[in-house]
Amino acid sequence: MSNLLTVSPSPHIHSDDSTRKIMYRVVFALIPALIWSVFVFGADALRVTAIAVIACIAVEYLIQKYLMKVKPSINDGSALITGILLAFNVPAGLPWWIIVIGAVAAMGIGKLSFGGLGNNIFNPALVGRVFLLISFPVQMTTWPANQQAGTDAVSSATPLAVIKEGITSGTPVSQLFSEMPAATDMLLGNTTGSLGEISALMLIIGGLYMLFKKVITWHIPVSVIGSVAIIAGIFWLADPQSYVNPVYHLLTGGLMLGAIFMATDMVTSPMTPRGQIIYGVGIGAITISIRLFGAYPEGISFAILIMNAFTPLINNYVKPKRFGGK
Amino acid sequence: MLKTFKLGGVHPPENKISAGNAIEVLPPPKSVFIPVAQHIGAPATPVVKRGDLVKTGQLIAKSSSFVSTNIHASVSGKVKRVDFAADSSGYPKQGIFIDVDGDEWVEEIDRSEELVKDFDLDGKAIIDKIQEAGIVGLGGATFPTHVKLVPPKGMKAEVLLINGVECEPYLTSDHRLMLEKADKILTGTRLLMKALKVEKAVIGIENNKPDAIQLLTEKSKTFEGISVTALKVKYPQGGEKQLIKAVTGKEVPSGALPIAVGAVVSNVGTAFAVYEAVQKNKPLFERVVTVAGKNVAKPSNFKARIGTPTEVLIEAAGGLPEDTGKVISGGPMMGRAVSSLNVPVTKGTSGILLMENKEAKRNEPITCIRCSRCVSVCPMGLEPYFLKVVSEKQVFDRAEENRIMDCIECGSCSYTCPSSLPLLDYIRFGKGKVGQIIRSRKK
Ligand code: SF4
Ligand code: SF4
Repeated sequence: MSNLLTVSPSPHIHSDDSTRKIMYRVVFALIPALIWSVFVFGADALRVTAIAVIACIAVEYLIQKYLMKVKPSINDGSALITGILLAFNVPAGLPWWIIVIGAVAAMGIGKLSFGGLGNNIFNPALVGRVFLLISFPVQMTTWPANQQAGTDAVSSATPLAVIKEGITSGTPVSQLFSEMPAATDMLLGNTTGSLGEISALMLIIGGLYMLFKKVITWHIPVSVIGSVAIIAGIFWLADPQSYVNPVYHLLTGGLMLGAIFMATDMVTSPMTPRGQIIYGVGIGAITISIRLFGAYPEGISFAILIMNAFTPLINNYVKPKRFGGK
Repeated sequence: MLKTFKLGGVHPPENKISAGNAIEVLPPPKSVFIPVAQHIGAPATPVVKRGDLVKTGQLIAKSSSFVSTNIHASVSGKVKRVDFAADSSGYPKQGIFIDVDGDEWVEEIDRSEELVKDFDLDGKAIIDKIQEAGIVGLGGATFPTHVKLVPPKGMKAEVLLINGVECEPYLTSDHRLMLEKADKILTGTRLLMKALKVEKAVIGIENNKPDAIQLLTEKSKTFEGISVTALKVKYPQGGEKQLIKAVTGKEVPSGALPIAVGAVVSNVGTAFAVYEAVQKNKPLFERVVTVAGKNVAKPSNFKARIGTPTEVLIEAAGGLPEDTGKVISGGPMMGRAVSSLNVPVTKGTSGILLMENKEAKRNEPITCIRCSRCVSVCPMGLEPYFLKVVSEKQVFDRAEENRIMDCIECGSCSYTCPSSLPLLDYIRFGKGKVGQIIRSRKK
């Protein structure tokens, strides 16, 4: 025999799935929402996304090569996803240098300081977003006009901000609603907000694709969305003059983006279906608490980061159903 | 809805390319090497020496304790030497080399093809014959069959499950046997039922073998107490615990044997061997072996003598393809890669699989992305990613707490991991260590 036989332990075959394929499926699932935001915010949406992506990849490459002195792993697709998600979580008019700072925070603090892909505790894109929200509160809440819906100028507020402000100042909900886009407009995305969060419909299409391709399972999105709907619904039924209809909670403030794309980040979410449901309900409950009682109009970014911190604990205590009982 | 087991499972491509090819009898080779340890338990003790003349079917190594089996000559000829040589594990094992001369069988064996259905023997006599014939689980587990047939004190068998699942890709030896020897398998099953004193037997077959399901369902009508259950295709349904769950809905508790839920599992090949041993006085010295692979010229199912070198089977299947990178004894999920083509066919060899170079190489592993796929495919409800980490870091108490000993080494986790992590390699290492710790505690 001329060639030596390979001797390695079983199994001897491997599914044709790979980490890279999974990452590119996530990217693919983000495209409908990206197209929608280009439609709504024009070339700015592309500019912000491109800067965020390039910055995230560059930051990962530079830190890995020169600081960590390891082989850069930029082509695994994960930095690309973080870049797109970071862009999705900021206003479309954000200056380039703020985006770059966000990318440094996301990749440097959020991911590489923990050791890189697979080791980070917090969702890197959300670390970047919250860092920017704290450092640049004005720029981060200056929403560009929706070029389609014809909402006015640069300062147009997001639906959630309108509600928060109105309720705090005692305006009855019924009056607030006259100033709000209709639910169908919010579903479609005829409103304003962060670049990628405005069209619930496009995000749901992406989510269904990921479900179909088995990139994610239903547990996290359904438990987040379900718990928000139930808790917001209870408040609304109890006092419809002070609390808004749960549909608005579901369609606004990045809830779909968070539930479908941010909370489902594999690295930072629990490993078992039961753990994922606990995590999802936690996110839903914290989101609603912040929205109803906290200082910020939106709450899902913080809620996800808080539950990210609980993920190791959940993994430790919530074990899969074992074969053969306890 | 077809039955299957609940937790986990994967669907590797089936590649049953030799399913349509009838079993071909391979003549005895020029020489054989018959290891004395082809089963789980103590190796048998050789009872022949260099220069002895043996006949096909003659006892050449004797069972050395209860959990051990007899070994018989698979050919007639002259014992060349009793020595050590590598088997499929790659380690040298004691065995008997025989130079073949003709093919003279011991007189007691009934060589006719005629079906004998004689159920007069009592259970004890059946078990004795099985033990005498050196029968082991032919699905690959190679546990001595006579041991299984004697339930531990206080336990009682209620149902016999006959495993016709053959969930490993490529392998078709059980499938062919079911198609060609259905009556004999059913007779063997009746004999096993009698030995176990059970009234009920179920043959489990995956739905990708509709011809076998149909044939056995039809034929089983004339055998009291035997029925066939079609199962949804899912790997590792051929695992004992998974098959019991799929057919009876019961879960064997962690660390327990199937008998704990009243079940005993035997492979269809074993049932056939039982038939031959009890009705035809024929010891286990040959078996059906699939030879397959993407580039194999003539994918085949051979009835081969135990001890036949792998090489001889490959020749018979059209020769070793140019680009062969790996030769596996068994299936691609749980089989063993062999280092030499001299290793002999043994009682546990269900197939020989030839893989091309490209397939033989493993992918470069990258970091765990915590995608939880390994957890969701594990049929035992374990957390392979976690067991890998604790095995690697040698935190064996954590591994034990998280039930590393429950792992059935099915390979579903490594198969699935998108980061190509060799999870099972680490888990095997951890299992070995935890096993040692448990044994030392008992002392
Ligand atoms: S090899 Fe072990 S850990 Fe991996 S899937 Fe199979 S039973 Fe689970
Ligand atoms: S399948 Fe692989 S990458 Fe996914 S969690 Fe398990 S070990 Fe990690």
